[in-house]
Amino acid sequence: MTLVCFRGVKANTFGLFPAHLFRGKTGALFCTLTHSGAKNKIRSESLQTQTASSLNKVNPAQTRKESRRTTHGFEAVIGIETHVQLSTTTKAFCNCPYSYGSLPNTTICPVCMGHPGTLPVLNSKIVEFAVKLGLALNCKLFMSSKFDRKQYFYPDLPKGYQISQFDIPIATGGYVDLDIPLEFGGGHRKFGITRVHMEEDAGKSIHSENQSYSQVDLNRAGVPLLEIVSEPDMRTGVEAAEYAAEMQRLVRYMGISNGNMQEGSMRCDVNISVRPVGQSEFGTKVEIKNMNSFNAMNRAVDFEISRQVNLHNQGQGNQIVQETRLWDDGSQKTITMRKKEGLSDYRYFPEPDLPEVVITEEYVNGLRASLPEIPELKRRRFEQMGLNMQDVLFLTNDINVANFFDSTVEKGGDIKQTANWIMSDIAAYLKSSQLLITEMKLTSEELAVLISSIKSGVISGKIGKEILFELMSKGGSVKSMIKEKDLVQITDPSAIEALVNKVINNNPKQLEQYRGGKTKLQGYFAGQAMKESKGKANPILLNKLLLEKLNAKP
Amino acid sequence: MPSASLLQNPRILLTSQTPFHRNLRHHIHTPNALPLQAPLSVTTSPPKSSILEIQKSILSQTQKASDIASEYLARIRQMEPRIQSFLHVAEEEKVMREAEKVDMKVERGEEIGPLAGVLVGVKDNICTKDMPSTAGSKILEGYRPAFDATAVRKMKKLGAIIVGKTNLDEFGMGSTTEGSGFHGTANPWDLSRVPGGSSGGSAAAVSARQCVVSLGSDTGGSVRQPASFCGVVGIKPTYGRVSRFGLMAYASSLDVIGCMGSSVIDAAILLNAISGHDKLDSTSSKHEIVDYASDIISKDFTNSSNPLKGLRVGMIKETLGEGVDAAVTSSIQASALHLEALGCVVTEVSLPSFSLGLPAYYVLASSESSSNLSRYDSVRYGNQIAADEITALYGDSRANGFGSEVKMRILMGTYALSAGYYDAYYKRAQRVRTLIKKSFKDALDSNDILISPAAPSAAYRIGEKTNDALAMYAGDISTVNVNLAGLPALVVPCGFVEGGTSGLPVGLQMIGAAFDEAKLLKVGHVFEQTLQNCKFVPPLLSESYGSDSTQ
Ligand SMILES: [Zn+2]
Repeated sequence: MTLVCFRGVKANTFGLFPAHLFRGKTGALFCTLTHSGAKNKIRSESLQTQTASSLNKVNPAQTRKESRRTTHGFEAVIGIETHVQLSTTTKAFCNCPYSYGSLPNTTICPVCMGHPGTLPVLNSKIVEFAVKLGLALNCKLFMSSKFDRKQYFYPDLPKGYQISQFDIPIATGGYVDLDIPLEFGGGHRKFGITRVHMEEDAGKSIHSENQSYSQVDLNRAGVPLLEIVSEPDMRTGVEAAEYAAEMQRLVRYMGISNGNMQEGSMRCDVNISVRPVGQSEFGTKVEIKNMNSFNAMNRAVDFEISRQVNLHNQGQGNQIVQETRLWDDGSQKTITMRKKEGLSDYRYFPEPDLPEVVITEEYVNGLRASLPEIPELKRRRFEQMGLNMQDVLFLTNDINVANFFDSTVEKGGDIKQTANWIMSDIAAYLKSSQLLITEMKLTSEELAVLISSIKSGVISGKIGKEILFELMSKGGSVKSMIKEKDLVQITDPSAIEALVNKVINNNPKQLEQYRGGKTKLQGYFAGQAMKESKGKANPILLNKLLLEKLNAKP
Repeated sequence: MPSASLLQNPRILLTSQTPFHRNLRHHIHTPNALPLQAPLSVTTSPPKSSILEIQKSILSQTQKASDIASEYLARIRQMEPRIQSFLHVAEEEKVMREAEKVDMKVERGEEIGPLAGVLVGVKDNICTKDMPSTAGSKILEGYRPAFDATAVRKMKKLGAIIVGKTNLDEFGMGSTTEGSGFHGTANPWDLSRVPGGSSGGSAAAVSARQCVVSLGSDTGGSVRQPASFCGVVGIKPTYGRVSRFGLMAYASSLDVIGCMGSSVIDAAILLNAISGHDKLDSTSSKHEIVDYASDIISKDFTNSSNPLKGLRVGMIKETLGEGVDAAVTSSIQASALHLEALGCVVTEVSLPSFSLGLPAYYVLASSESSSNLSRYDSVRYGNQIAADEITALYGDSRANGFGSEVKMRILMGTYALSAGYYDAYYKRAQRVRTLIKKSFKDALDSNDILISPAAPSAAYRIGEKTNDALAMYAGDISTVNVNLAGLPALVVPCGFVEGGTSGLPVGLQMIGAAFDEAKLLKVGHVFEQTLQNCKFVPPLLSESYGSDSTQ
């Protein structure tokens, strides 16, 4: 019965045949997958769900723990393997496009389905991205590296092997710098990078709830990945999460990946062991998977550390076994996924279908010259510009925000003011309208004009805020808006005096109360006068004159 | 596991280095060493190019493409029950329609390709989108590829008509075609014998004139040995000369698509058609393509007294020692003599690492095959045995789908790549490969071509070696080294040994420097055209047709 079902797979039906690829004897035949068109997530993430802003809501107790890096005489040793999906237009070894959320088995071809007779052809963009990231991570590059086959059987691995790099990865021995947010104790860290290598992603297996059938979606099969392996240098959940956040920033800065954790474009597997402080050997290593935010990573790592430390303290250290555990967001726990019985043998050997990857000094230098300023350098520069660490971390979190900031300052915007505007009103607007900073209508040029118009007193801060909103949503120029709407600040004392007189004369009762001692009413008068000026009166001058009038002897 | 002794103790298998001590000249004057003449071919003319004949007939309209096609189709109908060269024969109407298209073009005065009206057999491990492609394996029974292999696409573009998919040892693993998952193929020279393998179907089909030319694949001799067994011309090009896209991989670093024909010119024309870089195969070479055919077609070498004057030919000592049939050795020595008569300077050369080639080959080929065949998991295509969990589905489907030789090589390869064994086997074999490349390079620096038998014996009887894998492997000694070195090699029928009703053909292997196919084809052509008293048309065919009109 099943035989019939699979024999007829043909190329011209690639776009049509369903996701169902194998099944049990009693399972249903064909099932299609529902797909989520979750495309907006990347957008909303840029200014809200990361590092400082995401972590500071997490765990107030964290600050204390962070500063110690040890728990009850134990120290955790944490290493992270990060898989980053590259945002190339086509897959690693064929011409299929890839976009998250496509209908199952619609972006596939004979090559990425592992059909007989097909061969991989390397997408050279992957090498470019790998070299860029290698440089950004201060790695040594192998001018001649190669691909290898990592062999295992799984239905979502069409060829029965994954094309990866084994003994000669493209980049090795680097490091990454990062700054821990103040809420978590602050401080600078340098974590070692063991290697960066290129490989291909596998498809996705989806199992039915009653386990009667499984489905395979090969859209993701053959999508290019970089795997970044860290040294076991992290000690806490915060460090692990900040390391991951820095990786995300880096790949986004480099423009090589969207780094989206929810969609799995960036996946972190964390290896954790604990050992008594002072011991040099590592304890038994446990691998944690399935964390789809930095928040989850932070909590998962801390949970796992305390689980292991508790076992040690209860004399049950031997119950820590080499295994893979999954982070369960619901129960906020790590749970056993599979125990590792001995080392799996992937029988790596050099991929005979692909020639060596040879890069030249010239090629590397060209890429080095084209690299954007990495987050670490940006942070140091912003710091030197006089911004505090909190502002620095906020502004450098997203390269587009950092660029907007730089560009505004370059066009004459006051440094501190620019930072403030971006971090408060602009950030709030972007968040509520779910836009990227590059998508709003306000240009850095206009922000610079706006800031200097306020500084020089052409418009009031209040008016500034009002037109900012319009500039962000509709665009236009500050100057023409001021002109059109007649928004120039009233700074002429006689004009303001006239306004003040008018308000006082119109409110004899309130004047009487004020003079009777209810001086709080000053605010009322100020508000009325400001309203009368349509918000244009210079507030300092207005208050000064108002006070003079109110307190003048009748 | 028989492989263990093979791998660990290569000496068991290989001839000890008994030096080929006798002087070549001495042999040359021994009348007994002359090729045994096939009784039916006492006076003969040299083989003509069937492709050129067809092109000439069609263009001059002396014969229609459709008449030629129906002639071949008739022969397939007639011969196939006895020979079984094919796993799949194209529908006759389809073939006729293609042929009629050629005729129509000629009538309209349109240009036709150099392969127009040429019926080609394609080894079944080469993908064809309008025909099943199984690689001779049950696991792919009924599988129809989504695309044409690049070689097939190129041939079609030049007018070729694919007449069917030829039989082979499953996935190319074997030397007799008995390892096909479906049925064996008989040698047209003696139906009780094997056609060789793994491209046995392609060789038998050309030999029996069931098709004009055919594509085979050569991983360790799979084009050359069956060419020798069936008395046809076979060329294994330089690794990378022909795109592997669409060739179901056996051992990726050794696999190459090759050509078979009944004359050197036919093989050259076919090779011309399929050569060249392919962006779908990153191991295909951008090396300049020489027009292999024109040069030899345009010159008439037969009138010159020594057309190969000064050509340095090295006879590989290690291929003529122990384990090689005396009659085969005689044929090769006679061929050397013939080359000398044509003006060549023949000397004996030694390739010291030659004997290491066989174990190294089997380690590397098995290792790569264990990986290449992982994709046949029955999940996406191929025969699936339903099971309740995935490992059982894999296990049952693969156990059911693969034959025993394939299973043995997967096991050997998996073992050789396992942690702890990798250095002793795979890595060591790679080092041997480097040595072999080097020794070939040295030999080819001082010689234009090297010669050897294509196989240590002529075709053996069906069933003779089925239970002796090591004996079968040993038969690959003279061919596998060439694959390890990635070099081109041409096999040309050169004589007969006793056997069958009219003798069994023997092939001479000529090995050239990388991308020097042109030289091999030229030498092969001159050799073939000047070889006296040998006609490589199987008796079966002469019985049926009683003339040589078919060749
Ligand atoms: Zn694809």
